[in-house]
Amino acid sequence: MLPKDMLRFRHIEDIFRACCLDWGYQEVRTPTLEYLHLFTATGTLTPSRLGKVYSFLDWDGWSGERVVLRPDGTIPVARLYINNLSEHEIAKLFYVTNIFAFEETGRESRERWQCGAEFLGGAKLVADVETISLLKEVVCKLVLNNVMLQLSHAGLVKALIKELKLSHSEEARVTSRVLDGDWQALTEAKTTKPELDRFLSPLLSLKGKSSAFLQNTKALCQQVSLDLKSSMEDFINITTLLDNLGCNYEIDITAIRGFEYYTGVCFQLLANGKKIGGGGRYDDLVPLMGGKNAPACGFALYIDPIMKLLLLKNKKSNESGILIKGERPTLEVAKTCFTLAQSLHKAKHAVEVDFSEQEPDDYRWVITISVSEPSQFTITDRQTQQRWNITSVAEILTILGE
Amino acid sequence: MKYQSDYIKLALPKGRFLSPTANLLKEIALDFKGYSSKTRRYRLQSVRFPGLSAKIFQEKDIPTQVAIGNYDLGICGLDWIEELTAGYPASAVIKISSLNYGEGGVYAVASYQMGISSIDELLAKRDNWRIVSEYPNLAQSFALNLRMKAFKIFPIWGAAEVYPPEDAGLAILWARNESEIETQGLIPLMKLFPVTAFLIANRESLENKNLSKVLTCFNNVAVNKNRVVTSSSDVIAKGEVMQQLHWQAKKIKLALPDGHQQLPTVQFLKCVGLSFKGYSGGMLNRRPSTDLDWLGVKVIRPQDMPLQVANKNFDLAITGKDWLLEHLYRFPSSPVMELLDLGSGGVKIVAAVNKDMPITNIDDLSSLIQNGKLTPLRVASEYINIADKYLRDNYINPYKLIPTWGASEAFLPEDADLLIDNIQTGKTLAQHNLKIIDVLFESTARLIGNKDSLSSSDKKEKIEFLIQTLQRGL
Repeated sequence: MLPKDMLRFRHIEDIFRACCLDWGYQEVRTPTLEYLHLFTATGTLTPSRLGKVYSFLDWDGWSGERVVLRPDGTIPVARLYINNLSEHEIAKLFYVTNIFAFEETGRESRERWQCGAEFLGGAKLVADVETISLLKEVVCKLVLNNVMLQLSHAGLVKALIKELKLSHSEEARVTSRVLDGDWQALTEAKTTKPELDRFLSPLLSLKGKSSAFLQNTKALCQQVSLDLKSSMEDFINITTLLDNLGCNYEIDITAIRGFEYYTGVCFQLLANGKKIGGGGRYDDLVPLMGGKNAPACGFALYIDPIMKLLLLKNKKSNESGILIKGERPTLEVAKTCFTLAQSLHKAKHAVEVDFSEQEPDDYRWVITISVSEPSQFTITDRQTQQRWNITSVAEILTILGE
Repeated sequence: MKYQSDYIKLALPKGRFLSPTANLLKEIALDFKGYSSKTRRYRLQSVRFPGLSAKIFQEKDIPTQVAIGNYDLGICGLDWIEELTAGYPASAVIKISSLNYGEGGVYAVASYQMGISSIDELLAKRDNWRIVSEYPNLAQSFALNLRMKAFKIFPIWGAAEVYPPEDAGLAILWARNESEIETQGLIPLMKLFPVTAFLIANRESLENKNLSKVLTCFNNVAVNKNRVVTSSSDVIAKGEVMQQLHWQAKKIKLALPDGHQQLPTVQFLKCVGLSFKGYSGGMLNRRPSTDLDWLGVKVIRPQDMPLQVANKNFDLAITGKDWLLEHLYRFPSSPVMELLDLGSGGVKIVAAVNKDMPITNIDDLSSLIQNGKLTPLRVASEYINIADKYLRDNYINPYKLIPTWGASEAFLPEDADLLIDNIQTGKTLAQHNLKIIDVLFESTARLIGNKDSLSSSDKKEKIEFLIQTLQRGL
């Protein structure tokens, strides 16, 4: 990332961190290198995801143990929670991190940055709505155009697939296809169950704008499993609360892919049609990794696409800037320059030092230190074209302070 | 990339597919003079087309050579193509057509003693599976696709069938058929795919270069009946199944080498009065028996031994110094150590270049590279880590390592500039117009062991007894 990219990166990071801290989340950082088995152990990442990890041998590679460059942000945080924080009933954590995946075209970056927040433990409904609210707040402060929140429900989708009563292997196949975003799999399979069609068709093809849509769908499905009913109930509760908070969203069951470890509501955020983040509830992850039974949810914002969409003005960085210009880099002049710079830094002024012969461009104040008279400063205000000859630092501070 | 000419290069296989491929090429009037199992040459010229040449490779090297564009076309088994694309899906290798001859398939196998008979039973067992394979990439995608929760892959050079059940839970291996697997005391859980020979092409060659005269020749192949290769060269010793059973009970586990190192090892062992039934005769038993009731013996590839000893699958092994160093350079903190120099089976590990290269030593090579010639230097070797260290130690930079699987001398001069290889007499190098510019070290057979086994009160005495016995042969 170049300096101009880093400005955008830090802008996003600063807003994200400030919002998280406001909501009482604490920052964590996990290792870049992790053991591969951490990611295979839960069985929650799809084979196609795991096929794209950078894995290699560590110093004890003879043991067959492989390490990977972190391919996912949530699983390491869940591990950190299990190992260190699980005695707390609730842990609200956030992170800014990079994740790595094979990039086969050679044109995109293999390293992607994301900022994420995880809410571990606590009551489900309010945690879901809290993370969505936090996400909306961050995005609102980033000032992006055409932002849309899409909601789906992994528990509902999984219960729907169960409803098809397929063989074990067929069910695994349909689930894998749906996880990879191929919803055709579900429509193909549903033709064998006409009684499901009544509510499956609207659920898969329509896009609801409020909890009423789910109420309607619920009314259409009577003879269904308890799992499906309770997922539906959960989804309705969350959307009702979001309705009451005035949060706009679109319910699109099929919009979301790769919800590998999610068990409940899941969501993604689009800006100008580009996916810039997503998240959801993942109640099984912590117990699958050997932790206690802890419900959890969270989200991640993708920094790279957001950087491209950010409407940042190219503000002139130095319109009130101060430059100390040494006319020649002799020992004497350099000493005066740096001593002055230190004094001004101490007084909380941003100051740069320059010994080149280049004409200074966009600084307001230029303080010149000449060779012959080391104690003599010349300070110029380039806005008003005023000029002073000065002997002490105190006088400079007075002029700058005015 | 624009090609200067339409000169076409074809990579042809050694080994299992050599004779059926030679027959096929003759049938479709695309024969190459000297492409037979007796040949000692690697470079061949088409009888019919002056603009077509071929080189003979180990089958495993062919997909890579075609993918990187050294060869426009190649013929090899589907297993090695799948192994490459499982690891590197974006490889520039295109499967043109199956050649309808081939044999067997790639199977996932387990031992009868594991008490599983299907993939479902395997998944129900929540083990940390150890999987050995000559196809590590295929093994990894096999495990991932089954969503195995915990697994370790051990890449090996060969003899996968001898690892389960003691030294691995599963093996992904090539076999002629299921009954062959069963005679080895193993149970086939899944056939990943059948192995036939394939004609493959480099993507860019196919896009930019006129290969039509060669491709046309292959058009009639599909019409022909399936040919099944039958080979009798590797008959399995019957009765092997029975001998597996008490391995785990043995106190000390020893690995003996097959291949070139077998004969000198047999002679050495004979000379100190140790005999292993099934190791010395013509018919190799990979689990030879011995009079010492506390000693369990398996015959595996010498290349694979240090890793196996590090993992305590074996306490002791007889391998070459070369393979010990290859392992230790990669894993300096490995618990494998050398116990005894047996002095037999000596080879030299050398650096060699083409005779026409105007250099006599490694420093000359270094200055050649510094003058902007040969950048990057292409280095072919079976010993990746030894080659890597040698080049670093000699400040050779930049270089590219090309891992090979034997017959490395064939890579020079077209496909590599420097060779790091072992030699006995140097005759082979001379035959291929190569000259030695450096001797890295001399390698003889070594007894290696696991440090932990040596300090184990349980095993110490027995291991010392074996060391003393072997010392008598020095």
